[in-house]
Amino acid sequence: MHNKTLTELAQALQQRQCSSVELTRYFLDRIERYNAQLNSFITVTAEIALAQAHTADQRLQSGKADWLTGIPMAHKDIFCTQGIKTSCGSKMLDNFIAPYNATVVEKCQAAGLVMLGKTNMDEFAMGSSNETSYYGPVKNPWDLQAVPGGSSGGSAAAVAARLAPIATGTDTGGSIRQPAALCGLTGLKPTYSLVSRYGMIAFASSLDQGGPIGLTAQDVALLLNVLADFDPRDSTSLAHPSEDYQSHLNDSIAGIKIGLPQEYFGEGLSSDIGQVLDVAIKELEQAGATFHDIHLPNTALAVPAYYIIAPAECSSNLSRFDGVRFGYRCQDPTDIIDLYKRSRGEGFGAEVKRRIIIGTYALSAGYYDAYYLQAQKIRRLISQDFAAAFKEVDIILGPTSPTTAFNLGEKTDDPVKMYLSDIYTIPVNLAGLPALSIPVGFVKQRPVGMQLIGNYLREAQLLNIAHQYQQRTAWHRQIPPQFA
Amino acid sequence: MSLQKAEVEKIAHLARISLSEADIPLYTHHLSNILAFVEQMNRVDTDSLTPMAHPLEATARLRPDIVSETNQRDHFQTIAPQVEAGLYLVPKVIE
Repeated sequence: MHNKTLTELAQALQQRQCSSVELTRYFLDRIERYNAQLNSFITVTAEIALAQAHTADQRLQSGKADWLTGIPMAHKDIFCTQGIKTSCGSKMLDNFIAPYNATVVEKCQAAGLVMLGKTNMDEFAMGSSNETSYYGPVKNPWDLQAVPGGSSGGSAAAVAARLAPIATGTDTGGSIRQPAALCGLTGLKPTYSLVSRYGMIAFASSLDQGGPIGLTAQDVALLLNVLADFDPRDSTSLAHPSEDYQSHLNDSIAGIKIGLPQEYFGEGLSSDIGQVLDVAIKELEQAGATFHDIHLPNTALAVPAYYIIAPAECSSNLSRFDGVRFGYRCQDPTDIIDLYKRSRGEGFGAEVKRRIIIGTYALSAGYYDAYYLQAQKIRRLISQDFAAAFKEVDIILGPTSPTTAFNLGEKTDDPVKMYLSDIYTIPVNLAGLPALSIPVGFVKQRPVGMQLIGNYLREAQLLNIAHQYQQRTAWHRQIPPQFA
Repeated sequence: MSLQKAEVEKIAHLARISLSEADIPLYTHHLSNILAFVEQMNRVDTDSLTPMAHPLEATARLRPDIVSETNQRDHFQTIAPQVEAGLYLVPKVIE
């Protein structure tokens, strides 16, 4: 049961081979059995899940079910869930019971999906390894000595170990795609603001984007159908007509022009990963795609620009956490400044404090032009690079991550080294483009991810190519042996 | 760009974050490394470029200035650290 795709599970539910309550119990049992090894969930909502599953069964019996009604899922703990702890991986919000639901959560509930719980994550989504969470690191199901990637590492580990059939994540600089790659999954970062950000705890508002992490492109398409919609409560939400992202999965990809950015295949890329990607490229070539060398000349500048823009935005967004209205408050403050400083000093972890301080510095008088304004101009260059590339090709292909999953603790002493884990994913966020990662093989038993980047709102095309690849290969069907 | 201890303390104060004395050297080291890393942006001539603040160049959509939410003050204050008579309590600023 646990290795079935969403389509297979939906068929099983609709043909009454099992009930949603049975399916939910099955995954809750797996969480009970395996979560201690992985630490992939912060909160398990068993009672709520069973109640939702019961309601889903009634919908299924009455013939009023949607396609995903009754399917269990997990939400990253960055999405507000009414009446349920929403910690964002932080001590600051360890006692925060959200008073409302994020739009993403509401949409999943309306579609009849069943929430198993809230998944672990880097604190306030700041990290590439899931080691900055207040609730401890998440382990990679393929190798418990390795990180699952971040910041949506709890969601990725839960899906990879089949503790949940699918999960939500968020991607500010690669936080859906990089953990999907490191855990052997399919993860999609949609076009900026295609999925509502209402109720998603903000890190860097011009970059953050929620999306699905699942086993296959088809699964991801099915959940994107639920998530992607205009939301009047999000003032940046895209007024884009609803699409059926499943409808083009079986289109031929013959004649599709795919660009290979030379800057993504340079010396920073592990040669083993390069070889795995070469095999995947040949597979797509046999399916009829054509490949063309292209250039994204300012790629190397994306990470430095990101590490000014994201901290600048986070220093502003996280100013709301001051110990006054909700969240952590320090003991016995002497005055209001002491209340602010100690609540924030004690409530935030080291990486969050580093980024707030960098952001405060970059926005301060005398440094604004040199850092923040310059980073915004570099962002323009990155965006122009993509615009020029999309005049030549339909899709851009490259690695998702320069290495496979690294070991726990390997990069924690060197923030810059950690930041470079996201060198191939960050440019996409700066430009606001859609991109996905799919599994294409292994190096030393650790999964390798391939990234496909599309032009604005070309999610259907990305999913089509990914699905066609997955029809020809079985990498997406591999299960970590310990969780088989 | 290398930061000094006093600068880190000053920025942390501006950001309203307390840092323990023992942690400041490591913060100073890491923050200096990050600033040195981002310095490479300055090698690029960007005089002719317009800064890009939003990936889709969009501006925030406005809505009519009418009340659309019901008052949920009591509900929201159930998660507050300290409240009294509908107000959030904080330490005295002036004696």
